[in-house]
Amino acid sequence: MKVPLSWLKDYIEIDLDPHEIARLLTFAGLEVESINFIGLPQSNQRQNQTSIYGLEWDRNDIIVADITKVEHHPNADRLVLAQLYDGEQTHTVLTGAPNLFQYKDQGKLPQPLKVAYAREGAHLYDGHNSGQELIRIKRKKIRGIESYSMACSEKELGISDEHEGIIVFDSEAPIAGTPLVDYIGDAVFDIAITPNMARNLNVVGIARELGALTKTPIHPPKTNITIAKSMQSALEMPKIEIDESELNPRFTATLIEDIQIKPSPYWMQLRLRMSGMRPINNVVDITNYVMLEMGQPLHAFDYDVLRARSKTKAPVITTRLPNSGEKIMTLDGIHRTLDNFTILVADNAGALSIGGIMGGSNSEVSDNTKNVLLEAASWDLINIRQTVISQQLQSSQAGYRFSRGVSPEIAARSNYRAAEMIRLFGNGTIAHATIDKYPRHYVPNTVKLRLSEIQRSLGIDIPADEVISILLALDFSVEKQQNVLHVTAPDHRLDIGVDEIGTADIIEEVARIWGFENIPETQISDLMPRQKNNTLLEKEERIRDILVNLGLQEVITYRIASPENEQLLHDSENGPYVHLANPITPERSVMRRSLLSSVLECARNNSRFQQRIALFEVGPVYLPLLSSSENQSNLPTESQRLSVVLSGKRVSLSWANNQSDSMDYFDIKGIIDELLRAAHISDYTVESGNHPSFQPGAVATLAIHGSQAGSFGVLHPDVALNYDFGEHPTLAADFDLTTFTNAMPNHYTINPIPRFPAIIEDIALIVDNQINNAEVVKSIIKSGGATLTNVQLFDIFRGEQIGTDKKSLAYRLTYQSEVKTLTDKDAAKLRTKIVKALQKELGAQLRSE
Amino acid sequence: MLESLDTIKTIALSELQKTSDMKTLRLWYSTHLSKSSQLIKSLRNLSNVAAKDRPTIGKHANDIRKILEQAYEDRTSYLNKSVESPGHKHIALDVTLPGRSLNRGRLHIATQTLRRIYTIWADMGFQIYRSREIETDELNFELLNIPLHHPARDMWDTFHTNSPGVILRTHTSPGQIHAMQANAPDPIRVILPGMCYRYEQITARSEIQFNQVEGLAIGTNIRFTDLKGTLSDFARRMFGTSTRTRFRASHFPFTEPSAEMDIECFLCSGEGCRVCKKTGWLEILGCGMVHPAVLTNGGYEPKKYTGFAFGMGPERIAMLKYGIDDIRHFWGNDLRFLEQF
Repeated sequence: MKVPLSWLKDYIEIDLDPHEIARLLTFAGLEVESINFIGLPQSNQRQNQTSIYGLEWDRNDIIVADITKVEHHPNADRLVLAQLYDGEQTHTVLTGAPNLFQYKDQGKLPQPLKVAYAREGAHLYDGHNSGQELIRIKRKKIRGIESYSMACSEKELGISDEHEGIIVFDSEAPIAGTPLVDYIGDAVFDIAITPNMARNLNVVGIARELGALTKTPIHPPKTNITIAKSMQSALEMPKIEIDESELNPRFTATLIEDIQIKPSPYWMQLRLRMSGMRPINNVVDITNYVMLEMGQPLHAFDYDVLRARSKTKAPVITTRLPNSGEKIMTLDGIHRTLDNFTILVADNAGALSIGGIMGGSNSEVSDNTKNVLLEAASWDLINIRQTVISQQLQSSQAGYRFSRGVSPEIAARSNYRAAEMIRLFGNGTIAHATIDKYPRHYVPNTVKLRLSEIQRSLGIDIPADEVISILLALDFSVEKQQNVLHVTAPDHRLDIGVDEIGTADIIEEVARIWGFENIPETQISDLMPRQKNNTLLEKEERIRDILVNLGLQEVITYRIASPENEQLLHDSENGPYVHLANPITPERSVMRRSLLSSVLECARNNSRFQQRIALFEVGPVYLPLLSSSENQSNLPTESQRLSVVLSGKRVSLSWANNQSDSMDYFDIKGIIDELLRAAHISDYTVESGNHPSFQPGAVATLAIHGSQAGSFGVLHPDVALNYDFGEHPTLAADFDLTTFTNAMPNHYTINPIPRFPAIIEDIALIVDNQINNAEVVKSIIKSGGATLTNVQLFDIFRGEQIGTDKKSLAYRLTYQSEVKTLTDKDAAKLRTKIVKALQKELGAQLRSE
Repeated sequence: MLESLDTIKTIALSELQKTSDMKTLRLWYSTHLSKSSQLIKSLRNLSNVAAKDRPTIGKHANDIRKILEQAYEDRTSYLNKSVESPGHKHIALDVTLPGRSLNRGRLHIATQTLRRIYTIWADMGFQIYRSREIETDELNFELLNIPLHHPARDMWDTFHTNSPGVILRTHTSPGQIHAMQANAPDPIRVILPGMCYRYEQITARSEIQFNQVEGLAIGTNIRFTDLKGTLSDFARRMFGTSTRTRFRASHFPFTEPSAEMDIECFLCSGEGCRVCKKTGWLEILGCGMVHPAVLTNGGYEPKKYTGFAFGMGPERIAMLKYGIDDIRHFWGNDLRFLEQF
């Protein structure tokens, strides 16, 4: 919300630097996001989060001046020459401002036009350039006439974007020669109002906060109304009927007669524009002005239109829910079909406006309006919010305020205020008292606040009289009974709750105004809770560490994916997804089912820039429950997975190794082996597997403690093609992380370092091709017993001399005893036993024999 | 006579040091210890010396001979050793060549930042409590004092799923309710890390998914002063011991009073720079005293218990710390980004 400093000063006498005001408001929870200095000098302070901008007006060069005569330009139809008096001398100023054309060639004006005048050399914004480009006024000839100074538009002065014509002040403007900054110099605060502070979506609210923060009394605007009782009114008042008092607790209406529609005074237009609103005419401007001032949105109907529609002298205005399929064309020119929950203002001819949000186009105030019915009502904020969202009326200022809560108590006061202003600035008459239908009366809320509660919550004792004075400054009323304050919320506060919540609400107000910076820091002295380990997280982090130690880079990818991208994996397991109802793009429309798919995408994106890619991710996938009866809330399963992707060269190009091989199956196998060893998981099996994402024959399945952990191996060439990987084979692993974390022991023990020497010997075996290493090692370990401490495969050989369907496997065996030094005889005995078992179980033969 | 003997010794020892191989060593021997050498000659010619000086000079000359012979033997064995040792050879390495490349793995910067945050809070007795990412509207909003259709909901742009009432959590705050319901009425000190989601356009400054770390302390004597002290301690450990903090009033529906904590910009020490947008301060986290309605929903009687809560964004902290100018780098996972950490 934009608030001009000059407007605040209508209600509070403060003489603080705008930076200090911004700091006070920001620390009290009204974050001033920016200050726009309009003409005023900007001191260079860094106190808060506020950004500062604006144009400083030179006191001598930008002044108030009088245009006394407007003449045509001899060589240009679209320019005029203004005779301008700057307090010292008369100048001829060239301008194309259309709002001067009406005075062209009329001789000396009966009343001079008060304008903003910039002398030669003054710094201004370029009016013809979009955005704000600073320029300096220079002497030049335009169509044969010399020009060296100018009468300014709001845009040129940095007040608003308005560049339709030059500024023409009201006749009350000060005398020619007065520095402009002294007249309309200002600072506009842009304040972010949080939802709980809806009461401050108006200038009076901000003034009240500032008053409390600076201990300065405020003077709210007068809300008395002048009713010309002696006047004989030609018009009858309408009748107001409220169908849904829960949705429309109050409706007030004032009739202002015989008004003159015209532009509102310049000062009002200026304030509206500085606040971000566009002036229209005096009636509409006043409704907006009072909304900005007091927070109550108002709506003006053309009363003659209402009378014509209803064909009666006293139209009946009803607030009600729509009939099925009822339509309205709103002020913004849109034909709308109304939702069945939207509350309407209607007469017997149909809908007049969407209650509290936007008027209908047929009854709006026009240039020909003579009599105005001014509405100030109150509405249910939830209901308004639903309509705002459903009808996409988020840009409506009225809807914005009503959907955040406007107290019904303000309706009548604001109606009086606005009606009185329309009477004054529209030359109208008020002959009838305001109608006030108020079926659901506001009930004041009193909270019992024990002073000890402040200490319990904030940790400090704020003296009772300080507490009371803070609350009084915010318009609360307070009654003190010993150590209890009975605090009654002012009628504009809809945010104060009851009981403990009310207490917390009041304490927040006290703390906010007291100042968080005045509350000291302490260490927690409360009992320390029992400390527990988060074993699962620790194990996950351990797995991350192991993989990093193995040279892999961790990635974290988007968990919102698309089924199309996941199908690139050819995964047979694609099941139902958790679908987003409002995806941001089609590529991010479901919660992922595959982690590997995400990591492959990431590898692909990097493959253009990297010779070696070695990535892993630990993260969840999301699986909807098939049967909703199992889980009441129908929440999907989030299960942690681990994916690894390797691609490219084993080592990056280097002088020491410029012929590096591509990584292959055994690179990923090595990572899995080492991961399992480092995680102290020993009970696992690796078997040749079968998985549509992997190359047949080059994929293994891993089972840990008998449960399937997942697959790893060479990515299927078709899948690799889908991901556009280059000539290198791509290796991948995709595991259920919980099989790892479940199997990781909380404790493990180590073996003693051997005290007796080992005997090492090598054996070469010839076995059938289809017998795999794991079978041979299993047999050796079984027959070798405890004395065999290590089996290491060190050579694989295939060749005609041993037969084409055979292979030779060479193992290095380590024998070692914990209790004695082994003799050659011991070793020979063991070796015979191992070889015999191999012969018997696998048909293996010693190669050397 | 004695003096000339000493001169012979000094010259001989100094020349011995200059011998570099057996050849020069042999030459030295013939010069200084052979029969024709000056020293040996002078021993032979003792008869020419006056009788009273003979014993003194004879002994002195003999001592010098022994010293030189010993030095000769030492030098012989030294030269023998050094010629054979490999260290004697000069091998011409280019010592500036790059070392053999190793494949260093790294944690993602988000994980690194999370771990730093975990460590600091663990030291202060706050333990890690994780909860699910796909949540009910009830847990994500209603129990956190954000009723349906309430204007406060505008603060979160939410991803909805096709199941009514099931959403992607917009913050880790539903974890507060989980933690409270699991622990009530025992005191709580936990942090709640995890991925959250917001329905937003992906830009340099906003992401659809981001990590959050919330914290929650509940007990019978937890006060706003404790909140300030604890969070300032955190800031000093995270950003440096001299880091100053300040607290501004703010609004979150689940805390009251609510605050934003700023830290003095650690890049410019409060002088004002590009990162802090010339304000000297950086907005780091939101916090406040747990709202009584939330305490009640979590199973804690607000008349008896109080608590504070806070929430921060690890990615934002990392962006500030490392000068990352685009939040999309985090889940973009370009190795040229990740490998810089």
